[in-house]
Amino acid sequence: MTLEAFFFYAFTTLALGGATLAITRRSAVHAAISLMVSLLGVAGLYLLLNAEFLFVSQIILYIGGILLLFLFVIMLVNLDAGRGLRQFHQRWPLGAAVTAIAGVAFAILWSRAKLPPSQTMPDVGNVELVADTLLQDYLVPFEVVSLLLLVAVVGSVLLARKRA
Amino acid sequence: MDFILLSILKTAIAAPVLLGTLAYLVWIERKVLAHVQLRMGPSRVGPHGLLQPIADAIKLLTKEDFIPSYVNHVYYWLAPWLALMFAVTAISVIPIGPIVEIFGVKTNMGQADISIGLLLILGLTGMGVYGIALAGWSSNNKYSLLGGLRSSAQMISYELPMALAIASPLLIVNTLNLREIVNGQAGYVFGIIPNWNAVGGLQMFSFLIYLICAFAETNRIPFDLPEAENELVSGYNTEYSSMKFAAFFMAEYANIITACSVATTLFLGGWHPIIPNELGGQFIPTLICFFFAGVLFYHALNPARPSDRLSMGVIGAIILGLGLMFQVPVVKDLAQPLFWFASKAGFLIFVFIWVRGTVPRFRYDQLMRFAWLVLFPAALLNLLLTAFVVAAKSN
Repeated sequence: MTLEAFFFYAFTTLALGGATLAITRRSAVHAAISLMVSLLGVAGLYLLLNAEFLFVSQIILYIGGILLLFLFVIMLVNLDAGRGLRQFHQRWPLGAAVTAIAGVAFAILWSRAKLPPSQTMPDVGNVELVADTLLQDYLVPFEVVSLLLLVAVVGSVLLARKRA
Repeated sequence: MDFILLSILKTAIAAPVLLGTLAYLVWIERKVLAHVQLRMGPSRVGPHGLLQPIADAIKLLTKEDFIPSYVNHVYYWLAPWLALMFAVTAISVIPIGPIVEIFGVKTNMGQADISIGLLLILGLTGMGVYGIALAGWSSNNKYSLLGGLRSSAQMISYELPMALAIASPLLIVNTLNLREIVNGQAGYVFGIIPNWNAVGGLQMFSFLIYLICAFAETNRIPFDLPEAENELVSGYNTEYSSMKFAAFFMAEYANIITACSVATTLFLGGWHPIIPNELGGQFIPTLICFFFAGVLFYHALNPARPSDRLSMGVIGAIILGLGLMFQVPVVKDLAQPLFWFASKAGFLIFVFIWVRGTVPRFRYDQLMRFAWLVLFPAALLNLLLTAFVVAAKSN
């Protein structure tokens, strides 16, 4: 097994194992930490594809920002009070059916599709490539998305203010 | 030479030096703080308390590692080492000197030279918060939890102005590689003023904002709310003892070293001397060493302090030898950049300690208001102005 394959399987295990733990753990803090492990695995996969800018953005934004905020809120409101509760919704059959259909569809797609070998990025500097793509080729969609985010931020501030 | 072999060799040199620096930073901090407050500081173990860090290390290693029965064992055990690991790893991408040739092997001074070095440091210091937050949560103690909560909120808040403050000099040097950032600050304006970002590059405001945020990111006074002793009984590390407690402290000092080194590479021109080598810049390290050696010899000859005769004389002789070393042809290329980098970063670390002895702690609401209503708009404005200037220059 080459070094690259070893790291690929290691990161995949992290990503999938973390994701599984994130939805099966009862304690909210444990689930959040498992999610962090999963995101770390995905970041590692980015790095294997030579997409180092994506790797670092994933760590800074998701792990160092969003997930930390999750953890902050979980700790603040002490969600562990609901730890001993049993799940009370009764949609298991529906959920299982949807999962089975999606799984079958995915399996069919995967067996039919001819997946090209994963492309590694050219070695010219990842940041420049991302910047050129975002700010030249796709400038308008990029600005529209940022406007959307701004609306969301202003809206959340407004909502929080009315209650006070 | 083989890449892996070279990396192991460099780590083998750097790691003991780093750990020794971490230990002696505690001594320096206690000594400086003591003199700020007109005290003596550690003075019993060895001459001028110089063996105090070793005594501390022995004490912490042999102390009972007490674990309260109500903690969450996995995270309680994991948290300090997580904090320490990320703090120490971040240092590895900082370049402490130019590319040099030793015994025919060409290598960069610094562990790793990667194209996104600066972002990686931001990411790693961001992940270091998990150590503190998890320590606070897993201790299962109200005060510790409050400390962990405060630290995560504080880190998220101060990371924004910090990133904006870092972005403005990046617009000028136009790279994320720390080595190229330093190289971009080489040269002198009008032949005498250093072309550093904080001086010739007119980024003083970015530098100031970065420094303020660095205080908050490293949990130092005046922003040390996560471990405010008098209200949280030292916060997130209350339940920790022995080496786990030491790990938190080593992480804090490692974070300070990282923050000061990043400030040095980003704003203070890295390893470039303060005046051009042609105008005598290369003799400054020697002169400074000679000056300190002279001071020590003067005190060694003081008849009123016979206890210092030996220790100060010996240390003075060592410093004198160090000063001469900066002029030896082969060693010079290695030692001079190291001197400039270490003295700039060391001065910033001294500022950290100085501020701790001078400024009182913020209140929590003041801390948050300052970050969001003062620092963040200021950093945004600074970035905008820099962008305009850079755009105007390039046209």
